Amino acid sequence: MTDYTTYEHDVLVIGAGGAGLRAAIEASAAGVSVGLVCKSLLGKAHTVMAEGGMAAAMGHNDDRDNWKVHFSDTMRGGQYINNWRMAELHAKEAPDRVRELEGWGAVFDRTKDGRINQRNFGGHRYPRLAHVGDRTGLELIRTLQDHGIHQGIEVYMEVTVLSLLKDGDRVVGCLAYEREHGRFRIFKAKAVVLATGGIGRAYKITSNSWEGTGDGHALAYDAGAELIDMEFIQFHPTGMVWPPSVRGILVTEGVRGEGGVLKNSEGRRFMFDDIPDNYKDQTASDPEEGWRYTQGDKSANRPPELLTRDHVARCINREVKAGRGSPHGGVFLDIAWIKEKLPDAAEHIKKKLPSMYHQFKQLANLDITTTPMEVGPTTHYVMGGIRVNADTQESTVPGLFAAGECAAGINGANRLGGNSLSDLIVFGKRAGEYAAIFAKENGHGTINKKDLDRVTKTALEPFGREGGENPYTIQQDLQEMMQANVGIVRTHDEIIEALNGLDILRNRSARTFVPGNIDFNPGWHTALDLHNLLIVSEAIARAALERQESRGGHFRDDFPAKDPEFAKFNYSVKKDTDGAMIINKIPIQEMPDYLKQVIEEMG
Amino acid sequence: MQKATFSIRRGGRETAEMVDYQTEVTEGMVVLDAVHQIQAESAPDLACRWNCKAGKCGSCSAEINGMPKLMCMTRLDTIPLDQPVTIEPMRAFPPVKDLIADVSWNYEVKKRIKKFTPRKPDAEDGTWRMLQEDIDRVQEFRKCIECFLCQDVCHVLRDHEKHQEFIGPRFLVYTAALEMHPLDTEDRTEDLKDLFGIGYCNITKCCTKVCPENITITDNAIIPLKERVVDEHYDPVMKLVKLFRKK
Repeated sequence: MTDYTTYEHDVLVIGAGGAGLRAAIEASAAGVSVGLVCKSLLGKAHTVMAEGGMAAAMGHNDDRDNWKVHFSDTMRGGQYINNWRMAELHAKEAPDRVRELEGWGAVFDRTKDGRINQRNFGGHRYPRLAHVGDRTGLELIRTLQDHGIHQGIEVYMEVTVLSLLKDGDRVVGCLAYEREHGRFRIFKAKAVVLATGGIGRAYKITSNSWEGTGDGHALAYDAGAELIDMEFIQFHPTGMVWPPSVRGILVTEGVRGEGGVLKNSEGRRFMFDDIPDNYKDQTASDPEEGWRYTQGDKSANRPPELLTRDHVARCINREVKAGRGSPHGGVFLDIAWIKEKLPDAAEHIKKKLPSMYHQFKQLANLDITTTPMEVGPTTHYVMGGIRVNADTQESTVPGLFAAGECAAGINGANRLGGNSLSDLIVFGKRAGEYAAIFAKENGHGTINKKDLDRVTKTALEPFGREGGENPYTIQQDLQEMMQANVGIVRTHDEIIEALNGLDILRNRSARTFVPGNIDFNPGWHTALDLHNLLIVSEAIARAALERQESRGGHFRDDFPAKDPEFAKFNYSVKKDTDGAMIINKIPIQEMPDYLKQVIEEMG
Repeated sequence: MQKATFSIRRGGRETAEMVDYQTEVTEGMVVLDAVHQIQAESAPDLACRWNCKAGKCGSCSAEINGMPKLMCMTRLDTIPLDQPVTIEPMRAFPPVKDLIADVSWNYEVKKRIKKFTPRKPDAEDGTWRMLQEDIDRVQEFRKCIECFLCQDVCHVLRDHEKHQEFIGPRFLVYTAALEMHPLDTEDRTEDLKDLFGIGYCNITKCCTKVCPENITITDNAIIPLKERVVDEHYDPVMKLVKLFRKK
């Protein structure tokens, strides 16, 4: 018989990055008891990796900025299949959420007149990113963590959720295990908020930590929720490519925001070669204008390096494929050149991009103030996720809420840099608020003992399969396969190959063997993660197969153009009653007139 | 390809031994890469913490050849590989398993520090004004990634185990960030003296040396806090008298 310890809360938040912490703070402020479960130690979530800043139209550096411009930038970046209501709420509420952080102790960089300073970033028309050097994510998570500890939130660190528990249609808690001793725990809750982040570990080259295994996506899917937009994966254009052991680690877009340029092996600034039509009138006509833009000249247009991430990633891909790449399979990102423009360039770079200077110096033994970096695309972010109500963040399953990267809708086909951190605080707050309301209106449900025994039995099986497969090998094979077949550029045949490959991997993952015992065992963890990784990989592949066009983060070599037919709906995947994954089209609701007008006005 | 030997602490809270593992070493590898390789090849149940692998999260703190370091930021070409590289968990905290130390004490300490309490907003719209030069020093402290290497190396905690009486360098930096925050109105000097044991620090600067974020912990945070405590709680005239008597 398995021993279960039971914990009871009104609201349970799963995931303690920016969205989870913000949700927990909000729910707690509403006067309900809150439990916060995180897979790692508190304050270590992937949010710490966010460098550039959080987008909020405060207009401090350019008073032409306002929510309407932010809204239309977000919709254009998402290629108009975003949930417009989420994009609207996000653009309107982000400034207040940023100011709130200042009131909780965050120390943002300042403008000359003492206000929060804002920087340029890809896809944003005006300087809009509130930032702290290039460690904005750390500032965000630490501020929320420090504010949260005095709120009476119960934090459960190094606890991994295995399954959501349901009473009828409704989610009433979850079954989890704590890492130190592998003991199973039941968390009963009136409402559950998923804030588990992304899925980057499904790919070989990724900026994501071990935690990015699509847990929330898979938990929600298994509980009957819908996932939408799963074909849209953002490959951040600039990850490190050298040395091999650091491949994938992020190089912030802030480097380009501060004037960094991309060059191929012939020394050509190739981003000027291909500027998409819908961005032509907002892009600099020559390098000089681009430089002026990065230095805050309001009359200048942005350099092509600051076009959307999907576009920049594909341009880099093109240069590498054409044989014009850097020695280690990337291209050159040069910030050192600004010494031609600024007398104290080296100090300026160290001041503006301290973490990047540090990272290259220590990991690649390279001084970015004198030498160009080698960079290439890396799996960074999933636009797709749990389908939620725009205002309440409730999923299609009652009592189950989602926020942050594991929820979907705001970003459409492609996310603008800086919109992630603001997404976390805007929708983290909303999720916490509405989860608390749900908890006040509903009692605790009943937990079915049979569900618990089934989950724990399956979870423990890898220990008994002497001679079974090493879970690390299966994980690596999955990552290679997804990278090769459902990566930056996709074709019908490759995706079919991926779906077949997933069948094989699924069978293999049912035969994992883990040595040792249940105490803090990373092999066991890896074996259990496979279930989630396989679900999200299948969802990505199935949606990518259906979308026979190229849009945002999804590029089909066999359908390289955008097709207006595909702008009319989103794809959703859902678990059928027989356990198979089914895909549906969800028509996009027509935008109300006042938002249509905003788009028209803003061009 | 070159092979190297890593001698890693294996075991739980009570007993442990050093176990040697051989693995292949390639260009640019860091210690954490070697640990991951060993996990995948020969020790799937080897416990270690890590998250970002870029020196930003502070999860993979360990003692490498006896020195407190982040495994992800320690390149193998910076340490001798002709002899086994020892990797052990931080010693100032109880061991949990293999390379994992129980750092929960740190999370409890933070709760005891009075929270950020801002002054009234400066502008009618509820916002504040601060100048960059006034926040530069606070921003330095806020670079802290909570790797707890400074706590690990601090002899007050490591050798004398004063965890009850002394909050350690990390939380002195944290307190300094609050005390020097231009908006904060709270006073923590009495707590520094009575509850947080700032007097235990005798400025050996070990914490500053191991900080992966290069925060000048001792000079910029601890010494100014000590000065505040002295200014507020000790009579400067009596202090002068004592000083002269010594001579």
